[in-house]
Amino acid sequence: MPLILSDEARMVRDTALDFFRERSPITALRKLRDDNNATGFSRVLWRQIAELGWTGFLIPEEDGGSGFGMTGLAQVMEASGRTLAATPLLSTALLGASLLSLAGSEDQKALYLPPLLAGDHIVALALEETTRHAPDQITLTAKQDGTGYRLNGQKTFVLDGHIADTLIVAARTETGMTLFLVPGEAATRTRLLMVDSRNAARIRLDNLAVGPEAMLGRVNGGADLLNPVLDRARAGLAAEMLGSANEAFDRTVQYLKDRKQFGVPIGSFQALKHRAAQMFCEVETTRSAVLAAVSALDHKSNDAATLACLAKAKANETLFLCGNEAVQMHGGIGMTDEHEIGFFMKRSRVAQASFGDTGFCRDRYSALMGY
Amino acid sequence: MPTFRATTRAWLEENCPPAMRTFMPENEQVAGGKRAEYVRPEQKQWLDRMAAKGWTAPTWPTRYGGGGLSNEEALILEEEMQDLGCRTPLRGMGLSMLGPVLLEYGTEAQRQTHLPPIIRGDIRWCQGYSEPEAGSDLASLRTRAVLQGDHFLVNGHKIWTSNAHRSDWIFCLVRTDPAAKKHEGISFLLIDMDEPGVRPRPIRLISGASVFCETFLENVRVPAGNLVGPLNKGWTIAKRLLEHERKGIGGIAARNAPRFEIPLEAVAKQFAGQRDGKIADPVLRDRIAAYAMDAHAFQLTRRRAAEEAEAGAPPGPLSAMFKLQGTELNKRRYETLLEAEGFQGLGWEGEGFTTDELRFTREWLRSKANTIEGGTSEVQLNIIAKRVLGLPD
Repeated sequence: MPLILSDEARMVRDTALDFFRERSPITALRKLRDDNNATGFSRVLWRQIAELGWTGFLIPEEDGGSGFGMTGLAQVMEASGRTLAATPLLSTALLGASLLSLAGSEDQKALYLPPLLAGDHIVALALEETTRHAPDQITLTAKQDGTGYRLNGQKTFVLDGHIADTLIVAARTETGMTLFLVPGEAATRTRLLMVDSRNAARIRLDNLAVGPEAMLGRVNGGADLLNPVLDRARAGLAAEMLGSANEAFDRTVQYLKDRKQFGVPIGSFQALKHRAAQMFCEVETTRSAVLAAVSALDHKSNDAATLACLAKAKANETLFLCGNEAVQMHGGIGMTDEHEIGFFMKRSRVAQASFGDTGFCRDRYSALMGY
Repeated sequence: MPTFRATTRAWLEENCPPAMRTFMPENEQVAGGKRAEYVRPEQKQWLDRMAAKGWTAPTWPTRYGGGGLSNEEALILEEEMQDLGCRTPLRGMGLSMLGPVLLEYGTEAQRQTHLPPIIRGDIRWCQGYSEPEAGSDLASLRTRAVLQGDHFLVNGHKIWTSNAHRSDWIFCLVRTDPAAKKHEGISFLLIDMDEPGVRPRPIRLISGASVFCETFLENVRVPAGNLVGPLNKGWTIAKRLLEHERKGIGGIAARNAPRFEIPLEAVAKQFAGQRDGKIADPVLRDRIAAYAMDAHAFQLTRRRAAEEAEAGAPPGPLSAMFKLQGTELNKRRYETLLEAEGFQGLGWEGEGFTTDELRFTREWLRSKANTIEGGTSEVQLNIIAKRVLGLPD
């Protein structure tokens, strides 16, 4: 499994970096927030992303995608993290595309994948129910009713939940967990306004009747299907967080060179130099973990799950560190809303909590390693 | 390259004695030299076989007795050795530091003279860098070397000269122009420790061992031909050698054949108990996972750097980062190990403790030097801030 990028992946990375810098700088996120934009994202931008083929990286060629894989998608997500671009890359291009192409019936694939690929269909995974990422604690129930099911329960922290055309709902069935495809409008949805100004929603299903065609994958087979896809989400989100950490770090180092106090650049002070150097090391090791994780996922390597947990844990710690240090080293100006540096710290906490905080990742890593 | 891998493996299987495919305790590490002592005959046998193939220095040119392997082949050799559990046949400052520097800066005569005995393990080298008044501020060193016709006359006092009392030669930084600015009056000199006036003295450390020495140099006559690189231009060479040293020390966390390393989690299960296959103490378990994950990410970073180098990327100042992280991780490993052992990790000697327990205590103390020797962690952070991040002085 290589830890350096292929020429193709490098091209994707360069294209994505330019794309997000030009089309979705941090001012775009600020505008969505300040305008109280109801959708919390730009549909125009999302269609452009679809035109570039990035919605199809995890969809095989026979289903209309490119099958370029996680390494490619990670380049796009890392670039989007640099500008904190608010897009449904994680909910739709990663989670939705993965689950539908891995487990979808021919009918389901024909129905959902073409509009998803075109950027016309947003998919959201309705998984969490407690205050933390807990994929094995599902209480929302699906009770058999004739040939179909009736769904009852609540979900929270559903990324892009309030704008999703389709929700993939994790529900408890007789002897396990099952995934169901539910139209977004069939749920009672409350948008959650998060500290990072990104999209999340609370969702309630009240005795919602769905037909047998709504089931994604096998009955009671949801966990086996979802777990490897959650590892993809951890690695992909880690890539996005790496981009954010790297950007916060780069901006901070520049500030240390520009800002003068006592007649000298503050970057000449050893107390700040050492902390900047520590951040550099953390960013570089996180990059290795992310590259290893996406490479392992693409090669279906045995240690893919372990590496995905490693990547997410490292990204959690590194974005936490860089986000905090960025604000502290920018001093008073870092506390202002006008300055962009605070956005990175706000994003860090939400991204950390998504799909496994550091405690979760360590626990899973130790369990996978046999202790 | 399946053929190279296959032939290498076959050769190793045939030539590596079974006794050399076991865990290597610290006192069985082979460093060579005229005073080398072998605990078992297989150590010498294994060294001689590997040296004959040049595989003690796999990537050095064959004309000096090296293996002449490409980096990729060397990596395959290392992987196969690790897989079979083969011990490193020879280790030392000649191989890891001086050799690479002579290949880059030495004259042909110096390479012909010094590289073959390093590869064979005939000559052991030590490092004359630090002085009592020149630690992190290495460039303020004061050992004087005065050129008198065909030789230098050297006077000074070196310290932390690891294993000087077991070494045959010492590479030294000496001041050759006291009037110049401190970085510009330094030269790099090779000194035969059999010359009169060279006197090493072991220093007892907190671990009870005496691997470090101080070395006194009193009116030592050194042939002018032992100067490496131009006169007064030794600092460039000194820094390059430090990069090699840091790579070596930073490799501590990656080096030992993993199959013989006693995993932290096994120690924790043994001393702190287990429940459902998990370490019973959740705090200890979390701490071990945190360490293991950082070490894992560090290994991946070393691998990535190797792949980048293989792909032709210029070697960056990443050696500073590897030195910093590798040594900090090694210290953390021992701290966590001690924590897992509880009372049993605190014995000094005598009854009531196993050999391993006592060994861990000493190794824990030894590990404290990791972040001091070869440039402290603070110096590494300075280097990263300056050379990588471009922060101003």
